[in-house]
Amino acid sequence: MDMEQYLDIFIEETKEHLQHLNESILELEQDTEDANLINEIFRIAHTLKGMAGTMGFMKMQKLTHDMENVLSEIRNGHFKANSELIDVLFKCLDALEVYTDEIASTSSEGDVTYTDLLSILARILEEGEAAFAGVDGTKEVASITEEVLQPVETSGSGVTVASEDDEEFPRKFETIKLDDFQQSTIHKATEVGFKLYGITIYISEKCVLKSARAFVLFKALEELGEIIKTSPAVQDIEDEKFDLDISVFILTMEPMNKVYEIISNLSEIEKVVIGKIEEPFVEAGEQLLVTDKATCKVDEQSKVKSKVVEEKKVEVVKKEKPKTSKTVRVDIERLDTLMNLVSELIIIKNSLENIEGHKGGSSFNESVEYLERITTNLHDAVMKVRMVPVEQVFNRFPRMIRDLAKKLGKEIELELLGKETELDRTVIDEIGDPLLHLLRNAADHGLETPEDRRVAGKDVKGKILLKAYQDGNNVIIEVKDNGRGIKADKILDKAIRNGIITAAEGENLKKEQILDFLFMPSFSTASEVTDVSGRGVGLDVVKTKIQALGGSIDIQTEEGKGSTFIIRLPLTLAIIQALMVSLGEEKYAIPLNTIQTIEKIEEEEIKKVQNNEVIVLRNKVIPIIRLDEILGVPRNESEDHSLIVVIVKKGEKLAGFVVDELIGQQEIVIKSLGKYLSNIQLIAGATILGDGEVALILDINTLI
Amino acid sequence: MDQKQYVIVKLDQETYGIDIQQVQVIERLTRITRVPHAPSFVKGVINLRGDIIPVMSLRERLDMARAEDTNDTRIIIVRTKKHVMGLIVDQVKEVLDLDLQEMENVREFSSKINSNYIKALGKVDGEIVILLNIDGIIDEA
Repeated sequence: MDMEQYLDIFIEETKEHLQHLNESILELEQDTEDANLINEIFRIAHTLKGMAGTMGFMKMQKLTHDMENVLSEIRNGHFKANSELIDVLFKCLDALEVYTDEIASTSSEGDVTYTDLLSILARILEEGEAAFAGVDGTKEVASITEEVLQPVETSGSGVTVASEDDEEFPRKFETIKLDDFQQSTIHKATEVGFKLYGITIYISEKCVLKSARAFVLFKALEELGEIIKTSPAVQDIEDEKFDLDISVFILTMEPMNKVYEIISNLSEIEKVVIGKIEEPFVEAGEQLLVTDKATCKVDEQSKVKSKVVEEKKVEVVKKEKPKTSKTVRVDIERLDTLMNLVSELIIIKNSLENIEGHKGGSSFNESVEYLERITTNLHDAVMKVRMVPVEQVFNRFPRMIRDLAKKLGKEIELELLGKETELDRTVIDEIGDPLLHLLRNAADHGLETPEDRRVAGKDVKGKILLKAYQDGNNVIIEVKDNGRGIKADKILDKAIRNGIITAAEGENLKKEQILDFLFMPSFSTASEVTDVSGRGVGLDVVKTKIQALGGSIDIQTEEGKGSTFIIRLPLTLAIIQALMVSLGEEKYAIPLNTIQTIEKIEEEEIKKVQNNEVIVLRNKVIPIIRLDEILGVPRNESEDHSLIVVIVKKGEKLAGFVVDELIGQQEIVIKSLGKYLSNIQLIAGATILGDGEVALILDINTLI
Repeated sequence: MDQKQYVIVKLDQETYGIDIQQVQVIERLTRITRVPHAPSFVKGVINLRGDIIPVMSLRERLDMARAEDTNDTRIIIVRTKKHVMGLIVDQVKEVLDLDLQEMENVREFSSKINSNYIKALGKVDGEIVILLNIDGIIDEA
């Protein structure tokens, strides 16, 4: 057994608890009287303390311990939670997060001790006591210290306590039977002065990593002497197949109270029962009989006990994870491997479809169709496994907005909608920062100061809405504020001043085109740089990131009413439906979800507007993009006068791509062009066709 | 003395060496898909057993004239810290052990060759082998 193997579990679970803690503190801020929330926070702090203790992270344990003390005071009604306290709790949370991150990257909790935080906690504890110096107060405090100091205290009274028969903690080791070999070992050992002790250790119910705790326990025991027998067996203990008690026989030279002391000083040990065994094998028959009797008695007791324990356990589990379903943690790399294999399978399937013509036979066709169905289902299944609710990302924002609001002196309400909307894991991991940026912008620039809002006749409390929903093969995330909106003319001014366009060019621009300037590098309209945002890096980074994910971003804004940033993300990253087209000798893929219609038009229908080619289709003016020219496709003059135009849509914008030929619809696996060609515009990636040829996927975002 | 193995390739009349540690595999010429707006020496991408790998013409990268593909043309897939890249060469001749001692520092060799692309010069049977700095050739672009 090795501590390392628990580290990942520890980190994962700690993160979950911290997230939960975060939510609970935020809720508490809304209702500082809520006893349930205090209990919840207390419980989380306690769990974290236990976990940190088990793993030997003493600083984390100390911090959570102190938090627990303060919370316990509140829980007992000695003083009330106030905003100052909530700030302190948040600071504790931050500190715990730092510890966890440090542990995740270095396997150790680092050197930071947060003495200031600890002293604040101590002060709160003290002032609380001073403020409620009544009879109850001292009693309660005493009970806390008792709980904490319990092991030390009991060890003081030593062997007497140990050998005491305790109704609640039966001497289970008495029921263990030894085989001949073990008996002879004991016999030999006792002849040379070893003593045999039977020990039953009761692990605290609150212990989260029982087997890790057991590991620590065994390590301690092995230093003392030789473990002869354990119940349950070592393997079961490693697999956490045991209740809360472990019984062992140990051969050692050490005196009994020393053994007792060492074990009971380990944390998360509820109770240790120890007894010296005087050569059980000498009067084997009698001894066994006695033990048997004891077994009956003990069994009954333990039944009752275990029932109680179980009930308690169920309760704990219920509280801890309100909506647990059966889940397995899987390394994302394994899913990637699985996904790659599915991709390969789809490529092979495509190539089978291609040779279909040569084989002909209907049973072959049927098999290929069957294969197609299976691969499609398989793909869907793997995709679903990779889907994660956006909640994971959204959950960090309430806290951030809260802190921001305090810092900016604004009142901000953040509403989250559609938290259950699911996105591919890779997208989830990447989308956090862009959203953070947009939310900061909304809070800092979007929303006005409370005075301005009052003057404008708005609710003093500004509102930011973060909303996610699925739209076909896309997921839309909107960041909407009801602030001042964006002044298009101000942006135009800035664009002209920065020399991006000339004043004359600016006259003809539409509002959306002007707003697009916001996404250009180093373009910030904030007149002053604040701590929060406005350094002129931001929106361009946001856009780049979202485009890298195959998504797009648009702005809608109305002066005085607010702005909305609309992010459109693909549901899946790896496999899409695409229309294959040919240009000269080359083949390209156009993602099917971007295609509106396909039109056949005559050369004469193309009109010129300010030297740009357009067509008018159902009363809409659509710009024409000659793909062969833009992509520099080498070609022979064609004499064809009718053109095939693929109308594609990006957000509200339409464009018509002129192509030579339509090859057909196909499921394609998106592969990256690699880092070396990552800055190539117009191309979103590559795919391998059934015959092994590489075709490039057009990037609609940069083409329109 | 330290010996290193080099893959010896031909470009035009000259002999070049590529550190075998960086060579992943040598492939025959396959279909290359042109990538629009890529640097001119990047000929496109190939499908290497399911992976998309960019390929560049080593001739053009070293400012030599273009050449027709022949039956001897090969793509050497090389790996640097950052990238995997295919290098198109006229011909792969052999793998040679070269003593580091035999090599001369390139800066002492007065030439117009970009010293970032060249690691050292080696001599084999009186012939000069130009040892390429693959990282410089690929990562710098």
